Order: sequence, then structure tokens, then C-alpha cells
Amino acid sequence: MILRVREICDLFNLDVVSGKSNLDREVTGGYCGDLLSDVIANSSAGNVWLTIQGHQNIVAVAALKQISAIIIVNGRSADAETVAKAEEEGISILLSSKSAFEMTCLLGQAGLGK
Amino acid sequence: MKKEYEIKARDFVRAGKAAIGVQNILKSIGFEQDIIRRVSICAYESEMNVVMHGADGSLLLGVENKEIVLEVRDSGEGIEDIELALKEGYSTASEEHRDMGFGAGMGLPNMKKHSNVFEISSQKGNGTYLRMVFWVNGNRE
Ligand SMILES: Nc1ncnc2c1ncn2[C@@H]1O[C@H](COP(=O)(O)OP(=O)(O)OP(=O)(O)O)[C@@H](O)[C@H]1O
Ligand SMILES: [Mg+2]
Repeated sequence: MILRVREICDLFNLDVVSGKSNLDREVTGGYCGDLLSDVIANSSAGNVWLTIQGHQNIVAVAALKQISAIIIVNGRSADAETVAKAEEEGISILLSSKSAFEMTCLLGQAGLGK
Repeated sequence: MKKEYEIKARDFVRAGKAAIGVQNILKSIGFEQDIIRRVSICAYESEMNVVMHGADGSLLLGVENKEIVLEVRDSGEGIEDIELALKEGYSTASEEHRDMGFGAGMGLPNMKKHSNVFEISSQKGNGTYLRMVFWVNGNRE
């Protein structure tokens, strides 16, 4: 099943801190990872990316891999530079207080990846 | 066609701009997704290595009929043991860089895996030079 970023935000009440005009992007699956070299090698276009990293380097990775949105989990926040860079590249960043595992389960229950 | 990008060591604000620039050029030329994906991965990993481990340097993109070439050089400390540096999991990244998500020791292995030709030369104290070739349509002539 394909979800839109907007539906994911609405379903789980996620805070949108950047890329508000790109919430219509389709999400076709997901990837969890905090090591950038792992994510750049193994994530796919159209994924939602779940990470604890709020550092600005996540933006280039998401842009290069055509990630549909980043969800920063565990109640962490995005640095100010991250938000600025994400706006520039049109990357949506969402915040969740849940862990990557909990969020992944919820996305699965919502039908993502099925 | 050739395009050169400057890379600034330790500049995390700019980091990634060269790789994104390369990807945009390849997209506008109309290359297939798979080769764009592979070149992008290699451009990103090589750019980040200069930012993190090297000194100011450059990334040169060359696009020809049958191949795409990336040449990345920096004038930093260089690599003492190249064989060791190429091992998956080997990293000298600092604690600070690890906190930012670097230091998996996967950059060089990723580049080797995703390029058709991978050449590296480096000497302690003499900088690092990388050359990667990507065959368009699997063409190797
Ligand atoms: N341009 C460079 N100058 C000096 N040393 C380098 C350079 N590129 C790589 N190295 C050395 O090779 C090691 C391995 O590089 P590699 O890209 O595989 O991993 P990493 O950069 O440490 O971690 P990752 O890429 O997964 O974030 C580095 O830790 C560093 O010691
Ligand atoms: Mg690296």
C-alpha cells in the first residue's frame, strides 16, 4: 500500500518542521538507520527514513536517495541548520516521540510496505 | 562534458552539495536511474571523506558517451594503509563525527561496490586521489 507523507503525519500526529509543501509525496516503503553510509547504500527512493540523527547531514542523504520524508524518532529534534537545509532541498522532516521500532510497527499496521 | 566542484574540509554546511550537483547534472542529461543512483552514492561518500578525513580538495565529474568518471582529490594527510582502509568497518572517524552518523567504515567499500572501475592512490602526508568509472549501459569499451 502507498501512503502519502501527509497521511502519515495525520495518522500519527507528527510535527512537521520542514518541507510543508511537499507532503503529497508518495511513500512506498521505509528504512531505519542512523549510520549515513548504511542509509545511502541501502535505502530506496520513495522510502520514509526513520532515524535518531537530527544533524544537517541527513538532508543531503535524503535528497540524494529521493527519500519521501525523514522521521526523527525518540523525541529528538532537528538542528536549526538541518531545518534550513531541508527547506532549501524540499525535504519534509517529521518528529515523533516514539522509538524507531514503535514507529515502524505503526507504519506496518497502517499498511505501508504491504 | 566536465564539471569541477570544490570541497571544503570540515565544512558540514556545504557538505553534500557536490554530490547533489552531480546528481542534478546526470538527471538533466537523462541517464538511467540505476547509474545515477550508483554515481550519487560514490560522489557522496567520496565528498564526505574529503570533508571528514582530508583537507580542501575537489571532485571532478566527467561525462562521456560510454562512461561517467568521478575524480576526487584532496591534499590532506593521506591514507597510510590503503588495504586496511578498504576493509568494511574500518574507520578512524572521531567521536564527534560518529555522533553525526559517520564512521561506519562503509564509505570506501560502498564506492568500490557501486563503481565499475575503482582506483585509489594515497601516501601518508601526500593527499588522496580516487578515480571511479561507471559504464553507461554496461558498456566497457
Ligand atoms: N580522503 C581521505 N583522507 C584521509 N584518510 C581517508 C580519506 N578517505 C578515507 N580515509 C581513511 O579511510 C578510512 C575508511 O574510510 P571509509 O569512507 O570507508 O569509512 P569512514 O569514512 O571512516 O566511515 P563512513 O564512510 O562509513 O562514514 C577512514 O576512516 C580514514 O581513516
Ligand atoms: Mg567515509
